[in-house]
Amino acid sequence: MELVCPAGTPAALRAAVEAGAHSVYCGFADETNARNFPGLNFSPKELAEGVAFAHKHGAHVLVAINTFPRAGDESLWHRNIAAAEAAGADAVILADMGLLAYAAKNHPNLRRHLSVQAAAANPDIINFYGREFGVKRVVLPRVLTVAEIAAINRETPEVETEVFVFGGLCVMAEGRCSLSSYATGKSPNMNGVCSPATEVQYVEEGDELAARLGDFTIHRVGKDQPAPYPTLCKGCFTSGDQVGHIFEDAVSLNAQDILPQLAKAGVTALKIEGRQRSRSYVAQVVRSFRAAVDALAAGQPMPQGALAALSEGQATTTGAYAKTWR
Amino acid sequence: MTSLPTLAPPLSRLVGLLPKPPASVALTLLARRIAARHSEIVGRLGTHVNASFALDPTDLPVVMILTLPAGQPRIRLQKDASGADCRIAGKLSALLALVHGAVDGDALFFSRDLVIAGDTAAALALRNAIDNAELDLLEEIQHVAPPLARALAPIAAALERQTGVALRRASGVI
Repeated sequence: MELVCPAGTPAALRAAVEAGAHSVYCGFADETNARNFPGLNFSPKELAEGVAFAHKHGAHVLVAINTFPRAGDESLWHRNIAAAEAAGADAVILADMGLLAYAAKNHPNLRRHLSVQAAAANPDIINFYGREFGVKRVVLPRVLTVAEIAAINRETPEVETEVFVFGGLCVMAEGRCSLSSYATGKSPNMNGVCSPATEVQYVEEGDELAARLGDFTIHRVGKDQPAPYPTLCKGCFTSGDQVGHIFEDAVSLNAQDILPQLAKAGVTALKIEGRQRSRSYVAQVVRSFRAAVDALAAGQPMPQGALAALSEGQATTTGAYAKTWR
Repeated sequence: MTSLPTLAPPLSRLVGLLPKPPASVALTLLARRIAARHSEIVGRLGTHVNASFALDPTDLPVVMILTLPAGQPRIRLQKDASGADCRIAGKLSALLALVHGAVDGDALFFSRDLVIAGDTAAALALRNAIDNAELDLLEEIQHVAPPLARALAPIAAALERQTGVALRRASGVI
């Protein structure tokens, strides 16, 4: 199976390739990609250099242009599709149907993947994207069980599927979550940022660390407790007489142990989340998953990784793949 | 918290005795050389180039205040983080590991080994810009003061072996 790895910077791209990534995904330094964070991402020149480096080492580069264009300002998204093709990218990852139509018409030779942001989660819609826009691969939302993924693959023979196997989780129908917009006016869908750093404040209150997003305090953790990301979906709230993580626990996905089941379900590519993370994270996670993919190909048992320390909440879950959420 | 080593108190006290103005000048020279050799750092800061950053090794009695007037780094040593727009704090070993790409900043944050306060966006921009620069501080010192770098190299290698603190660019990362 193909290992698709994150790169928020040119250094992370090189780290991913050298650690064994088959493909690297990245984005431009603007609101056209869903990791539009301070200090991250690529200029067109950096992308061209990154593509050349990856190709020299036998790896592919996929460019995420996966936010939804603003009415009247679509030209930025259009320019970036052209820039990705000019840089020699192997595919673009798109979410918006209009943008898919634009790319299919104006850049027919540029391979198109469907972003997780499109939340395509059944065979009918996946086949529709394949038929109408020539989409070759769909990144499945992180809400499906392995059995559901297998059912999709049985009915979508013309479209490959890619699934997340490690990193941050969204429980919402992806591309449709408005929690960040509610708190800050900015969302991953339109601005490329969930819980933008400009709206985040960490405040030490005695022995506790409070995280605020906009006007909301979204969690407090004690002195020795792991600190989670400042996203509303991972917040600790009071609801009725319950206090807890109402939407989602502060844990990360790790599906390394179920790679054999995902392979059996017909998955083509395995995606690691984390373009906002460092080159150290990228190198460690990619190396661990490349060893697992190679072991799988050789019919050997899955190696035991030690990636919990890199995970939010310092804990991991197999997420929806096994549907064991409370 | 992870098991990152803490600087020995006598060494920490020794650093506290250093006269701050000349040490600030030396650190400014080093920072300017780094910025000149890695111009992408300032570029990646974007609008956050106007922020002031308190780099706070919590096991040292000094804080480095980094500003970049006209894109030129300036470091001022002071006793606390007052006046800075954001504070990035952790043991010296954690900060060195971050600079050298040996650890992940988010992982240090999750484990509470790294504290971010104030302007979170500016702190993130600096962290990402530094991570992309693939720095090796000894290499940078080599460009400012070659004899000093030559003298430090074997000491750094021995210290790295004994303590596990990343004093050079992490191997196996790039």
